[in-house]
Amino acid sequence: MGLLIELTYLAASILFILGLKGLSHPETARRGMIYAEVGMFLAIVGTLVHKEIVSYEWIVAGLIIGSIIGGAISIWVPMTAMPQRTALSHAFGALAASLVGVSEYYLHGADVGTFKMTALSLEVLLGGITVTGSLMAFIKLQDWIRGTPITYRGQNIFNMALLAATVVMFGYLIYDPSAHSLFYAMAGLAFVFGVLLVLPIGAADMPVVMSLMNSYAGLAAAATGFAISNNVLIIAGTLDGFSGFILSILMCRAMNRSITNVLFGAFGAEVEASTAGALGSMREVKAEDVAVQLAYASQVIFVPGYGMATAQAQHAVRELANILEARGVTVKYAIHPVAGRMPGHMNVLLAEANVPYSSLYDLEQINAEFPATDVAVVIGANDVVNPDARDNPKSPIAGMPILEVDKARWVVVLKRGKGKGFAGIENPLFFKPNCGMLYGDAKASLIKLADAVQHA
Amino acid sequence: MSTEVIIAGLYVFALAAFLGYQVISRVPPLLHTPLMSATNAISGISLVGSLVTAGAHYNTVSTWLGFIAVTASTINVVGGFMITDRMLRMFKRQPAAKTDKKDSTEEQERA
Repeated sequence: MGLLIELTYLAASILFILGLKGLSHPETARRGMIYAEVGMFLAIVGTLVHKEIVSYEWIVAGLIIGSIIGGAISIWVPMTAMPQRTALSHAFGALAASLVGVSEYYLHGADVGTFKMTALSLEVLLGGITVTGSLMAFIKLQDWIRGTPITYRGQNIFNMALLAATVVMFGYLIYDPSAHSLFYAMAGLAFVFGVLLVLPIGAADMPVVMSLMNSYAGLAAAATGFAISNNVLIIAGTLDGFSGFILSILMCRAMNRSITNVLFGAFGAEVEASTAGALGSMREVKAEDVAVQLAYASQVIFVPGYGMATAQAQHAVRELANILEARGVTVKYAIHPVAGRMPGHMNVLLAEANVPYSSLYDLEQINAEFPATDVAVVIGANDVVNPDARDNPKSPIAGMPILEVDKARWVVVLKRGKGKGFAGIENPLFFKPNCGMLYGDAKASLIKLADAVQHA
Repeated sequence: MSTEVIIAGLYVFALAAFLGYQVISRVPPLLHTPLMSATNAISGISLVGSLVTAGAHYNTVSTWLGFIAVTASTINVVGGFMITDRMLRMFKRQPAAKTDKKDSTEEQERA
């Protein structure tokens, strides 16, 4: 019987890897996920015949309640709220891992060996940080508290001291696993640390936080695997952990910042005067004028940002693009890696609006095209199109790769108001002679544009 | 825990990390959001640990912790796979044909 369970786990591990391999292309992705689902099913069925399981009522109750909640969320959550859903799911995953860890310790306590104690402690530490850290991220994404960094004097020193205390406890527990109260104190500190870690991080840096939490949740699951000697858990947790880790690196690279800077830099807290001297004035344009330019353009590139998500404007973008394409205009979409609040956020929204993925372009693919573009339409994006990142070495975002929309013949920026971008950095793009500002709700502006293009 | 078990576990970890790095590096930025929800669903495999905790009747505390853990990881497994599929269904190479249109209005209604 034991062998049978192990074999289902082996099959599940292989199917998981095949599943992730499928994600290397949109054509094979759904089939890949079916492999992974079959793997999961096998592993669960295999576990249910485990000899230690004597009663099923709590298991069945948990499976039913979990399926209802999970299914309901995934059916009804709007695509624009995908970052919030993902943050919650990191919290749930980490919660499960830390509870299994606490339960294991509660059962075996002082009898666990050094290695198992290390695994259990890591599991509870990473799990605890992820639970509260992800919940904080959720609260910020949901706008229940303001998205700007929350800072106070001595914050970094305080956090460091707390982290050091946790590490000391961790070390002592490995030396003496019987220190029960210390274990629970460490678990408690991990929960507190999760909150403190995310407090000073601004909403625009959420893609990094999401990726990091993804990584921690996976590593917590892998540590669970070590603690209960279960290989499929080690494999699945490690895959998740490394996926999150790779995404964190990609996101940081897309902002030209280090992970330490994102975590402890409290970016966007203070407003700095980044550009010397007067920038001139911004030029407000009318929808009718923009519509004429769009209608007679040969190539138009849309550059979506988080503003598109908040305005739920993805369908309106697609409507406008349809009308333009019917007139023979080439329409492309330029996606910056950190546009939005999580990796890939903009791609999903545009796919939802039926934009074919062959029209979605990455930073490297599209930048060369801007000089040959008649109109670049920036929809609620700001820092990712800020030419200061390229031209001004003193800018706080200096060196960040940007979408070079300023090289297009004409740029239209759809923006809610005259305020600065999230990071509080002045954007010289708005003052360039080839740039016009179209103020108002992005969705309303796009609908107005579509209407005007039809009459152009 | 014997040394062999520990070493075997570390081997599995190291190889999974290496393989994971290779496989995940090939996922295009286009699919990064589905990647995150997919890996999240997969790491919901910690469900198998929770199942034993919830069903083994060690004691009341463990059963309760296990029950909560089973619920939390089931949310991730079921929700994660469902939402990944919902997203992947939306990615299309060509502008939608008639049959796809229906699919997408369905999506909009849901959203």
